[in-house]
Amino acid sequence: MFGEHSRAVITVIGKDQVGIIAGITTVLAARGVNILDINQTILDTFFTMITVVDLEGCSISLPELKRELEKKGQELGVDVRTQHEDVFNYMHRI
Amino acid sequence: MPLQISPSEILETIRMVDNENFDIRTITLGISLLDCAHDDIAEASRRIFEKIVRKSATLVATGEAISDEYGIPVINKRISVSPISMVGASCKSGNYVELALAMDRAAKEVGVNFIGGFSALVQKGMTESDLKLINSIPEALASTERVCSSVNVASTKAGINMDAVALLGRIIKKTAELTADRGGLGCAKLVVFCNAPEDNPFMAGAFHGPGEPEAVVNVGISGPGVVLNVVKKNPNIPLGQLADRIKRTTFKITRMGELVGREAARRLDVPFGIIDLSLAPTPAWGDSVAEILEGMGLERCGTHGTTAALAMLNDAVKKGGAMATSYVGGLTGAFIPVSEDAGMIRAVEEGTLCLDKLEAMTCVCSVGLDMIAVPGDTPASTLSAIIADEAAIGMINRKTTAVRIIPVPGKDVGDEVEFGGLLGRAPIMPVHKESAAAFVARGGRIPAPIQSMTN
Repeated sequence: MFGEHSRAVITVIGKDQVGIIAGITTVLAARGVNILDINQTILDTFFTMITVVDLEGCSISLPELKRELEKKGQELGVDVRTQHEDVFNYMHRI
Repeated sequence: MPLQISPSEILETIRMVDNENFDIRTITLGISLLDCAHDDIAEASRRIFEKIVRKSATLVATGEAISDEYGIPVINKRISVSPISMVGASCKSGNYVELALAMDRAAKEVGVNFIGGFSALVQKGMTESDLKLINSIPEALASTERVCSSVNVASTKAGINMDAVALLGRIIKKTAELTADRGGLGCAKLVVFCNAPEDNPFMAGAFHGPGEPEAVVNVGISGPGVVLNVVKKNPNIPLGQLADRIKRTTFKITRMGELVGREAARRLDVPFGIIDLSLAPTPAWGDSVAEILEGMGLERCGTHGTTAALAMLNDAVKKGGAMATSYVGGLTGAFIPVSEDAGMIRAVEEGTLCLDKLEAMTCVCSVGLDMIAVPGDTPASTLSAIIADEAAIGMINRKTTAVRIIPVPGKDVGDEVEFGGLLGRAPIMPVHKESAAAFVARGGRIPAPIQSMTN
């Protein structure tokens, strides 16, 4: 569907609390999404997690996955963005 | 697999969209309608409707899907078509309003908010069909909602067709009168060009030029807010360094346009045309070109220094963008539409920005006198003279210039007109009272300029 890459970047930003990573990764595991890289820091008192995932084995479409993660984000009180990796490759790499 | 992109880069992209109003302003599908010609205007209309709907059936859904998957807003999905004066040339009908209605119906059917191409190219002279089209413009714009019209009256190679300029002054007046109940809104959908680009994705001046393929995807990107942030973050650096920072930023936002354009073209199965990397403001604060100029150190847009600041901005945008995409086209630069830019509106209201200064600014930026509201009793010959001035700037400087001016019925200096949405609101600006009627009435054609001895 996306040519040579089929990876997405999931960015979670919000107030730090117990269970954010667990909540997000549970959704990913349930849909067969493999985590390739995960990076978590506290930036300006905000919890920030950036995850690169492989969509190869994903059982649903990217927009559907995005919707599920947004729903989980609402439960956890954090913003979750799911974007195809090409956005960042195009903007920041030649 | 390690993370190839750093977290700060990812957060920069997110910040551009969330806080700085970065978006892809439009995906515009250009469609040739030259094969829709027929001597019966009802049959031509049917063919026009059918072809537009067939070619663009999935345009809106494709734009929304790309926006969803990449997380970059795609604000408008639009259509441009072949100049209708060419498509309608074999129709026996005396006017082309029916063709505009067909375009409007097709736009509504596929869900696009604007369709451009009710147009004629008359820089050297008018065919009978061009004349029919131009005379149909007032009624066409009054009786449709989404149709946009443009007329190219001048070029560097042909000179200025002053007969067409004179006619367009009257057409603009009549268009305002027929849409008086909406503040003369029809005029906001009519652009008079010099050196019109054939691949411009931005409305109201978009049309699918005769040199274009059967169908093509052109993308217009925006991002005054992103550039404004760069300027604000660097209040004291020399202008050369500032230009470099602006270049880097426009490079990044143009890459987004390239990605979206290529993906849209692939999904719609039509060739990718060009990226138009214009800084297109919206009426929201923080998304204003005037604010960028003020951020460079001008107390108010329109004061002395504004032309120099705009020249630097326009050039830096082009340089950054040109490196980021394989095909640059359209208008490309900075737009200065008064009613669509909160900072421009303020500068006009405070009296700093006048029509003469705007005209000077158009010498160094991408378009022209755009979305200017003037008193409703402005004579047609004055409107024509304003168009001639602007066309002269474009002709001599080998660039596109345009006039989109609204003589707002019943309003005078001190009033304002509200168009709503992206078209914004405009204070009525004064025009010179002294007549240009005798000059305009001469008619004829101003010869094309000499291309050497360029001082």
